[in-house]
Amino acid sequence: MDIAKFASFITQAIIIGIPLLYGATGEMITEKSGNLNLGIPGIMYVGGISGVLGGYFWETYGDKTNGFMCILIPMICSLVASAAMAFIYSFLTITLRANQNVTGLVLTTFGMGLGSFIGGSLSTILDSGATVSLNATGAFFKTTLPFASKLGLFGKTFLSFGFLAYLAIIIAIVSAFILRKTRVGLNLKAVGENPATADAAGINVTRYKYAATCIGGAIAGLGGLYYVMDFIGGTWSNGGFGDRGWLAIAIVIFCLWKPDLGILGSVLFGGLYIVYMYIDDLPRASQEIFKMLPYLVTILVLILISVRKKRENQPPASLGVSYFREER
Amino acid sequence: MSHVAPHSEPLVRLSKRDVMPAWQGILVRIIGVLLGVALSSLFIVLVTDLNPAEVFTSLFDGCFGSPRRIWNLFQNTAILLCIALAVTPAYKMKFWNIGAEGQVLMGAAATAACMIYFGNGINQWLLIPIMVISSLFAGMVWGMIPAFFKAHFNTNETLFTLMMNYVATQIVAFLITYWENPKGSNSVGVINASTKAGWLPYLFDKQYLINIIIVVALTAVMYVYLKYSKHGYEISVVGESENTARYIGINVKKVILRTMALSGALCGLAGLLLVSGTTHTISTNTAGGRGFTAILVSWLAKFNPAVMMLTSFLIVFFERGAAQIATNFRMNESLADIITGIILFFIIGSEFFLNYKLNFRHKHKEEA
Amino acid sequence: MEKTTVPAIELHGICKYFGKIVANKNVNLTVEKGEILSILGENGSGKTTLMNMIAGIYQPDDGIIFIDGKEAFIHSPKDAFDYKIGMIHQHFKLIDVFSAAENIVLGIKAKGKYDLKAEKVKIREICEKYGFIIDPDKKIYEMSVSEKQTVEIVKVLYRGADILILDEPTAVLTPQETVKLFTVMRAMKEDGKSIVIITHKLNEVMEISDRVAVLRKGESVGSVLTKDTNPEELTALMVGKKVELNIERAEPKDCEDRLIIRDLNCRNREGSKVISNVTFTARSGEIFGIAGIAGSGQRELLESIAGLQKLESGEILYNDPNSGKQENLRNKTPMQIRHLGVRLSFVPEDRLGMGLVGNMDIIDNVMLRSYRKGHSAFLRRKEPKTLAEKIIHDLEVVTPDAKTPVRRLSGGNVQKVLVGREIASAPKVLMVAYPVRGLDINSSYTIYNLLNEQKESGASIIFVGEDLDVLIALCDRIMVICGGKVTGIVDARNTTKEEIGLLMTQTGGEEQ
Repeated sequence: MDIAKFASFITQAIIIGIPLLYGATGEMITEKSGNLNLGIPGIMYVGGISGVLGGYFWETYGDKTNGFMCILIPMICSLVASAAMAFIYSFLTITLRANQNVTGLVLTTFGMGLGSFIGGSLSTILDSGATVSLNATGAFFKTTLPFASKLGLFGKTFLSFGFLAYLAIIIAIVSAFILRKTRVGLNLKAVGENPATADAAGINVTRYKYAATCIGGAIAGLGGLYYVMDFIGGTWSNGGFGDRGWLAIAIVIFCLWKPDLGILGSVLFGGLYIVYMYIDDLPRASQEIFKMLPYLVTILVLILISVRKKRENQPPASLGVSYFREER
Repeated sequence: MSHVAPHSEPLVRLSKRDVMPAWQGILVRIIGVLLGVALSSLFIVLVTDLNPAEVFTSLFDGCFGSPRRIWNLFQNTAILLCIALAVTPAYKMKFWNIGAEGQVLMGAAATAACMIYFGNGINQWLLIPIMVISSLFAGMVWGMIPAFFKAHFNTNETLFTLMMNYVATQIVAFLITYWENPKGSNSVGVINASTKAGWLPYLFDKQYLINIIIVVALTAVMYVYLKYSKHGYEISVVGESENTARYIGINVKKVILRTMALSGALCGLAGLLLVSGTTHTISTNTAGGRGFTAILVSWLAKFNPAVMMLTSFLIVFFERGAAQIATNFRMNESLADIITGIILFFIIGSEFFLNYKLNFRHKHKEEA
Repeated sequence: MEKTTVPAIELHGICKYFGKIVANKNVNLTVEKGEILSILGENGSGKTTLMNMIAGIYQPDDGIIFIDGKEAFIHSPKDAFDYKIGMIHQHFKLIDVFSAAENIVLGIKAKGKYDLKAEKVKIREICEKYGFIIDPDKKIYEMSVSEKQTVEIVKVLYRGADILILDEPTAVLTPQETVKLFTVMRAMKEDGKSIVIITHKLNEVMEISDRVAVLRKGESVGSVLTKDTNPEELTALMVGKKVELNIERAEPKDCEDRLIIRDLNCRNREGSKVISNVTFTARSGEIFGIAGIAGSGQRELLESIAGLQKLESGEILYNDPNSGKQENLRNKTPMQIRHLGVRLSFVPEDRLGMGLVGNMDIIDNVMLRSYRKGHSAFLRRKEPKTLAEKIIHDLEVVTPDAKTPVRRLSGGNVQKVLVGREIASAPKVLMVAYPVRGLDINSSYTIYNLLNEQKESGASIIFVGEDLDVLIALCDRIMVICGGKVTGIVDARNTTKEEIGLLMTQTGGEEQ
């Protein structure tokens, strides 16, 4: 592989990795509060379609050339819709103390259904076949730094992305900082480790769980938005998002619940996702085996952390368990 | 903070319920379903301004409108129930196996492999037993891998089994590249379309009857296994308290492995029913999310196989009915997922009222 | 102490129910400012529940709490902090993967930057003021029990608590650590803090407190100044009437060495030694008592014999009375022990967490020991049902029927089911751990009588107890352990509580 090809591989790996990073960061924040939200794939899907819906309305009824609004409207739609999805999960698991696995799985089914329903209906209305295209909006999302292309290979490899890509990295770094260096982070980790203790220390467990789950959901939703608007360039097709939501959950484990590691993990998983395209003459059968790699390495990490039993690397201790103070 | 703001008494206080009479429990669940139905019809009416009555006629029409639809309804119920039965022993043991999807796919892949490679060489009466054994074995292996690590290193089984699903998906995708027919279609097509080798027999000319009979029998067997067998008893003890299990000398590791072997094997059987008894082909979508839905079926029925017949029927009923609504009114077929989703949210939510009691302030004062 | 000052805490008619169980009924209690108050009561007398209501863990079903003379509503531990109340629970509420400092500052809402370094300085100041020793950077999971307790106390002080509640703080401490704790408590009192200490140890009550409040069966039975009372009076208050234990004790007969324990050594999961060089012989036809403060290795010792603990070294030899053979049970699983034909029964301390399954009914619980019988793959519930009904009848278990989940029975009835099952197999060795904990007098005597019956029928009984009066009245010999080591084996007929008490707190040898 020559340098140019390798550079393009890195670029592609980052592009593929960004939606995963959003999903993983969102899920990490959620899991740090002790909520195992298996609805993330559904939330990300809804995050994508709600952005499309917002973009569609703005392109149809608003000013298509106003780049700021073209970006703002879909983003707000995406954030609100995915936070609302996460709120459903929160209400059921935190307030009504429903089983987290079951609720999450239903949320994914529901989200996939909702996304495909809206996407399908929209393309029927537009009579545009099986897809919805918002090229103007997509173009604004894809806008890169103006001088990126002048910086040679480095610029092309690392600076040629739309703003959402950088936002993902910023969010991951900020999340890591909050978890490590602030009271809010300390309290959040305590809620996920041992809610009874956190409660006894005067932390409002319910509020933390709600906030973490909804904010985490909103962040994950941006991954869906990035995928349709930037990666695909403003074109929605049902099911196009694939298994990225589950890959995001895999990254959470692979990166040991650390958002800053998540950046590397996402790029690595992004790379594994496409590496078969960069190996010459790889038969299709082997491609499928390559696509298996992210899951296999995640399983390997899962086994390793349980064998090594290092206390700092374990999943949040109360993950998957709902909390009721007067439990006896 | 020298002075403290007075804390007033909150309006509602939660407490755990002791027991609830059975009829009340059923009532709460029925109310949950009805609220879910009400909300989904509201949704349909809002997005389509159709008459709800018309919509509900379609719902029943989709399930019972023609003999073919009725057969489809029961066939789908049977497959879902089969997978739900499969995951139940694991769940009773509090082993959160969300890898049924992958275990079904592995069983399906093993079945398809037998049909493709032995279909023309072996007598039908030998082929089917070979298929059964290999599908059971494939599902079993897929279930036992996470169980082994759970038993020995306490590896988180929820995340492990979840990942195993996608490994299985990729294995099937890999196999499809070898089996695709016609070449380049990226799909397998109907296997042995002309010879029908390895197809489960049509009893009384009804394609799905054998699936349904197998699953009904399996339900009865599972009911007895869980309630009256020594294994079932051990599963309950391990699920309730691993400490007690160790104390009375149950080999917890062995029970975990054995139960997951059974759970995985039965998922493999579901894969066989899907490939050999239903579609006669295989794709990465063969399980179609049933591995996840089955968890709901089992959980909603409180892991009781008899009640699972009802819960699986209910879920399939809403799925098929909603799909019919979508077709009749030219809506997107994903409507079904939305409606089942809404109804399930309500059923899940109603569980809360079975386990907890709300104590309102006024009522509380009166009692005192 | 002047009576004119407003009490720090005043409780009026506090009631708390858990389902049908009455935990507290009409409790009145005051805590004066700057005093050390002991709350004394037997196990299950509702001391912890009462204090949990002040700390915001539970809310009273009825009654009023006054703090500083004003009615207070404490709905969460946070509310309690706002009232400057802090509780140190028996089960520490600490996050294992956090450091001491992180645990101490957890949950504090403060303006400004979160600066752990500055916080550590403040923590050190508190430690110096009262004489604590902790390393703020040490992770909780690397700490000893007493270090964890120190973290808990510092945590409460750090939040500016003026009222400290300590729930049985000495139960897990060595005597030296207890002395240290008491010194710190006095320093805090000097500083004007009110301290409530929950305990059932009379000597500690006499030593540390200014005043004693006594609870019995969830109700307050009065309070006295420590200087005006004596242990006898307190005991009488605590148990209601003066206890004359009337336990019949037959002379052991036909004693044979049944179980020989030699140089047993065992480490717990954290790697610290919990049993060192324990050697004793339990004989048939006698009750062999084991005394010691909680957590001295009693649980591990019994579990080792039952095949539930991995041993480092040592031998567990069982003399089979039928075959006359000797079997070594060391590192055998409970199953292997059964297969050797060893008739060993074990009533563990944790009844619902180990001995029984709470969600199963009495029949299925009775079946736990016997379900494997026969070659059939299916269960036979007929004999267990008969046995369950026999246990319910003979031991007067109060239950609607045999199909009631044991979780819904009261503590005494749960214990009767468990003991009933364990003696049903006519054991040759019967081990019981704290069999009367939380039981009323009648149920306790039922258990004593059952143990005596077993003794007379030739079983070798190992009895781990906490009440020295009971141990002395019931057992034939008593082994005392302290810190996992045997500090003495005495003849129960010729010993005194003082002698045993001394042995219990004697830490001989090097620290492990």
